[in-house]
Amino acid sequence: MTTEATGGLGQLVAGLLPSPSPIRFLDPAGEPVDEHGGYRPPSDELTVRAYEAMALVRRFDTQATALARQGRIAAFPSSSGQEACQAGAALALRPGDWLFPTYRDSGALLSRGVDPLEVLAPVRGHRHCGYDPLAHRCAPMSTPLATQAPHGTGLAVAARWKGTDEVALVLLGDGATSEGDFHEALNFAAVFRAPVVFLVQNNRYAISVPLSRQSAAPSLAYKGVGYGVRAEQVDGNDAVAVLAVLTEAVGHARAGLGPMLVEAHTYRMGPHTSSDDPGRYRDDDEVAMWRVRDPIERLRAYLRGRGLLGDAAEAAVAARAETLAAQVRAGVADDARVAPTEMFDHVYAAAPPVLAEQRAALLSELGADGEGAR
Amino acid sequence: MTTGRSTAVPSRAPAGSAERIWRVRGEADVPPALAALAPDTDTDADGDEAGPASTVTMTMTQALNQALRDAMAADERVLVLGEDVGRLGGVFRVTDGLLAAFGERRCLDTPLAEAGIVGFAVGLAMYGLRPVVELQFDAFAYPAFEQVVSHVAKLGARTAGRLRPAMVLRIPYGGGVGAVEHHSDSSEAYYAHTAGLKVVTPATVADAYSLLRDAIDDPDPVVFLEPKRLYWTRSPVDLPARAEPLGRAALRRAGRDVTVVTYGATVPVALEAAEAAAGRGWDVEVVDLRSIVPFDDGTVVASVRRTGRCVVLHEAQGFAGVGAEIAARVQERCFHSLAAPVLRVTGWDVPYPAPKLEHHHQPGVARILAAFERLQWDDEPDTRWLDPPGGRTS
Ligand SMILES: Cc1ncc(C[n+]2csc(CCOP(=O)(O)OP(=O)(O)O)c2C)c(N)n1
Ligand SMILES: [Mg+2]
Repeated sequence: MTTEATGGLGQLVAGLLPSPSPIRFLDPAGEPVDEHGGYRPPSDELTVRAYEAMALVRRFDTQATALARQGRIAAFPSSSGQEACQAGAALALRPGDWLFPTYRDSGALLSRGVDPLEVLAPVRGHRHCGYDPLAHRCAPMSTPLATQAPHGTGLAVAARWKGTDEVALVLLGDGATSEGDFHEALNFAAVFRAPVVFLVQNNRYAISVPLSRQSAAPSLAYKGVGYGVRAEQVDGNDAVAVLAVLTEAVGHARAGLGPMLVEAHTYRMGPHTSSDDPGRYRDDDEVAMWRVRDPIERLRAYLRGRGLLGDAAEAAVAARAETLAAQVRAGVADDARVAPTEMFDHVYAAAPPVLAEQRAALLSELGADGEGAR
Repeated sequence: MTTGRSTAVPSRAPAGSAERIWRVRGEADVPPALAALAPDTDTDADGDEAGPASTVTMTMTQALNQALRDAMAADERVLVLGEDVGRLGGVFRVTDGLLAAFGERRCLDTPLAEAGIVGFAVGLAMYGLRPVVELQFDAFAYPAFEQVVSHVAKLGARTAGRLRPAMVLRIPYGGGVGAVEHHSDSSEAYYAHTAGLKVVTPATVADAYSLLRDAIDDPDPVVFLEPKRLYWTRSPVDLPARAEPLGRAALRRAGRDVTVVTYGATVPVALEAAEAAAGRGWDVEVVDLRSIVPFDDGTVVASVRRTGRCVVLHEAQGFAGVGAEIAARVQERCFHSLAAPVLRVTGWDVPYPAPKLEHHHQPGVARILAAFERLQWDDEPDTRWLDPPGGRTS
């Protein structure tokens, strides 16, 4: 697993290449399997925490999706089916580390402790970013694909230069790996030995476009070797494996051994967003095949089988999930207004005169409209 | 985030109602001002069905789809490529059915890489094909900016005209659909500032068809900006509708007191404002540019010389926007006919705001009327005795 200092090119390459098949600790029924490639499993305590986080992410997700269907929030990109990656990404990090999420990664933000209503700010229509990125060490969710990858790399290098052991974890989708920014980030990360981990959630689709149209590589993890980036692939619906591999990757980066690319094989169970129509590009059989690989059910079966999750604990998790959903519903229902003039507030550190004039013009327009400042 | 439908469906944001931002789009959303542009023909339910004679009622997306179909049928060099254009039919369904009708070679889902898509299309064009690229949203065209500016725009000039990449870059642009960030930019100024590109944008269903056909036939690369706020407007069109040659503006409303020069999504807004202004005694003329580059000085100048006043309107932020160019051209050519400075009415100079604020950003009737008020009516010598009764009263 570790990159050995070696003179042999073949060995060097071998140290960068991913395992030939995805790392797995559990089969879809939650039974342990011997495909873990020597990775160390997470502690029981962390595994149980992952279960709780995943259950919360799922409930948050179904609630947000329902609100989007009701037209209460804008189209919501569900991460249903990807909870092991969402929770795993957050739990593999320390509080001082940084997360670089995409629009789909509400669950990772939630698992990192960001307020659910702040996570939803963009789709509630309030603000482009609802949380304080510095307080949470979470970059704003990135919508332009792969653009956050060089950011995470730069931040990680800056942290290293400052002498900290902080790590950045960049989340990406399979489609985003086709963008130039992804490749440039991998290259920078390797050249500057950035303590950054790229987690590609390969959910097999970029909206309607299947993986086969993104890449002809043996798997996306193979994109690391050409840049000198160590890579791994993991069963993204096996939370134990995801935690094991991400913990190793983050540790690798923290130890100064350079960046790591992790490809998690998973599946987006829902539509691209709440108003996409996946029936146009994939069939029910495929979805059904993935339904039986549900990451939460798998982990639950494993934990119960090992006596790590009893009825009481499960009920407590379910109750917490309902509380979360109620909080989301209530927060969205009494949605606070945003002052229209807020759009002028942070364009520059100090508003130049032209913006002050425009702000005043908007205020008088609002008066003229008889609408008042809503 | 992004399927266009998804982000787009939540709605147009009608001015004055934050709550309604999330209302699901329905037919009632067709801006009345735009509906008024259409001949008063009975409307049938769907675009596939022909109305009386060759008149078909369709949405702007259907008109664009029909234009692509007809262009592909007419010329086998024409092909469509981009993200999600194939099986999905595009996030706005503009390429719906083209894969089935023309096959994979003519309707190509590409890897997700805009610089790659546009660069690849340049290569296709160098070999004689006529690519029509769909860039999924305004802000997602930016990764391709280098290809557009350094190659698409310049290749003809660099090669003494030998390699002129005749291609179309279709870009849904602008706001008003309740979308999250990066889905609402009005990016026309970047392209208009780039010599070598033509830049057109339709405001009516018929123009969507004819301008796209013209763009595909054009020997130069054309940035074809589709105002997504108007995608679901519906009106009867006579197919195959072909307008005048690319580069002609259209007079959408005749008036004697002030000319509003605009294009794309703000054409219906200008018409609405013109109605409101009529109640206050201002008779407003509305010019729809249709083509930003090339610019139709003739139509604009003739109109402003007639009315003596000019307001330039667009949704994009004003500073260094297309409106600045228009105002300068009008001032240079119409100085002695102008009774007041040329004014611009635009979005504010801010990054496109979050959905719940977007209708405060977009120029609406109130902002336009406020500009009309500033057109120095009182400073003008009172010539009302020359006018027939019922004219301007202010
Ligand atoms: C630069 C850029 N191009 C296009 C888009 C439009 N878009 C949003 S999500 C998406 C698909 C992304 O797929 P993937 O990276 O696999 O992530 P997933 O949505 O599956 O999580 C596309 C094309 C975008 N957001 N940014
Ligand atoms: Mg994907």
